[in-house]
Amino acid sequence: MKILVVDDEPDVRLLFEQRFRREIRSGEFAFSFAYSGEEALTFLREHPSEVVLILSDINMPGMSGLELLRHVKQDPLPPPPPLVMMLTAYGDTETHAQAMQLGANDFLTKPVDFAALKEKLHAIPSL
Amino acid sequence: MADGQLYVSAPTAIGLVYWGRKALDIPTRLPQWDRWLTRLWRPMAVIVVLGLVFGGPVINWLDDVFMAVVLCAGIAIGWELRAYRPALWMAVGLVPGTLLLVLEVLLRPFTRALETGTVDNIEGLVLCWAGAFFLVARSLAKNQKADVAARLAAEQEQRALETQSQTLEYEVNQRTAALSRQTDELRATLAELQATQDQLIQSEKMASLGELTAGIAHEIQNPLNFVNNFADVSVELVAELAEERARPTRDHTLEAELLADLKQNLARIAQHGGRASGIVRGMLEHSRASTGERQPTDVNALADEYLRLAYHGLRAKDKSFNATLQPALAPGLPSIQAVPGDLGRVLLNLFTNAFYAVQKRQQSGESGYAPTVGVRTELAADKLKIVVSDNGTGMPADVQARIFQPFFTTKPSGEGTGLGLSLAHDIIVQGHGGTLTVESREGQGTEFTILLPAH
Repeated sequence: MKILVVDDEPDVRLLFEQRFRREIRSGEFAFSFAYSGEEALTFLREHPSEVVLILSDINMPGMSGLELLRHVKQDPLPPPPPLVMMLTAYGDTETHAQAMQLGANDFLTKPVDFAALKEKLHAIPSL
Repeated sequence: MADGQLYVSAPTAIGLVYWGRKALDIPTRLPQWDRWLTRLWRPMAVIVVLGLVFGGPVINWLDDVFMAVVLCAGIAIGWELRAYRPALWMAVGLVPGTLLLVLEVLLRPFTRALETGTVDNIEGLVLCWAGAFFLVARSLAKNQKADVAARLAAEQEQRALETQSQTLEYEVNQRTAALSRQTDELRATLAELQATQDQLIQSEKMASLGELTAGIAHEIQNPLNFVNNFADVSVELVAELAEERARPTRDHTLEAELLADLKQNLARIAQHGGRASGIVRGMLEHSRASTGERQPTDVNALADEYLRLAYHGLRAKDKSFNATLQPALAPGLPSIQAVPGDLGRVLLNLFTNAFYAVQKRQQSGESGYAPTVGVRTELAADKLKIVVSDNGTGMPADVQARIFQPFFTTKPSGEGTGLGLSLAHDIIVQGHGGTLTVESREGQGTEFTILLPAH
């Protein structure tokens, strides 16, 4: 299952790679990383129909995670439409409601509980 | 002397005595003598009465003796008052007449046959002499009187002057006292104002710290999350490593990989921990009253840190706000002598203003608008240049002209103290010997330029 992680913090990549080292080694998950909303959109266009899940931060310079979410849900991207999970340090109800209204499939607050995240990822039926 | 003369000479003598008393002011000058002079009419009256009753040469002689005594008294008085010139002259004028009379009086009993003609001639001369001296005495007296009057007038004038100068001195004293009182009042007011200014500066610092709190919380939470995550994952790695070592056939490549990851994680933990404590240190420096102590300062680190703090500070308040940060920090910039807390406060203020301006422009609903705040550093000649730019609302010329004035603010009341830029200007110009300038176009954006000496 291909997962695209979008966050402006470069160390997020290291963290995910180590946290999911067993899953990556076993080939269960494959991670790609983008450091901004724009970069994520470019990646989605260049790798059509690959990404199953997008894990995106909300607060990023330039295009925010919510804008990215809107693009993913509204732009004519090649099917199937990827699932989107929002990750944010500002877990207020306003942002949550906005994300849900834009069609987010899940909403997680930072610091990320990796055990919970793992469970959620395993629950997604692999295509 | 004939009998008829007696009626004339007696009142004349008394008259002269009274005139002399007055002219020479004897009652005040010689009160002892005066007492005798005022009683002089008594013996005179006796002589006159005797002359009327008996007549004869003896009475005439007595009369002359009395006259001689009176004249001698006149001379004595003149001598006594010689310090008063007219009196002396009068006495001198009396001397020949007196001598003549005394001589006559002494000789009369022995010589009845003195040449009356000779005596009359001498008497005439003597009278002239006396008259001349009396005139001199009179004019002297007059002059002296005029002198006295002049002296009195001068004295009066002097006294008037003294009174005036005393009045003036009093007024000057009054005025001086009033002035020194005013000076004291002003000094007290100044001290009060300085205290108020210090308080304002402190409250401005605290206000900007308040704006920062959310940004700081975010900025600290982020590295802390990494510290926790890397620590957790490292525990997993160690467990995995132990597991691997316990296998009969060990995968050395995997072990080396795990060890390399562990090493990397520990470095990350140290890095993010350092980042968090750097933020806390910066926050403390920001709120602490400035010691004004300069130290080598990395302007790039400061600019980057405060750009992020200001951004997250604003975003904590307005969740929908997003902006592109464009740090363009010249690599290898030398550190400069500066007060980091103060310089950080200036940068924070400029960034906060920049974010405020782009937020305002964004809220106006302009389509395709991308809020951007940038900071650029460069070394130009012997100056270090820091440019804070935004593509926000910009400012008209009249606002630009006043932004460094204390208490000038374009923000709604309660949102700005109006001291931020004024303090920033003071810190750069007075505290660091640099310049802070602004360039802005309404509707396009603003650029603040800090120039600092780079040595």
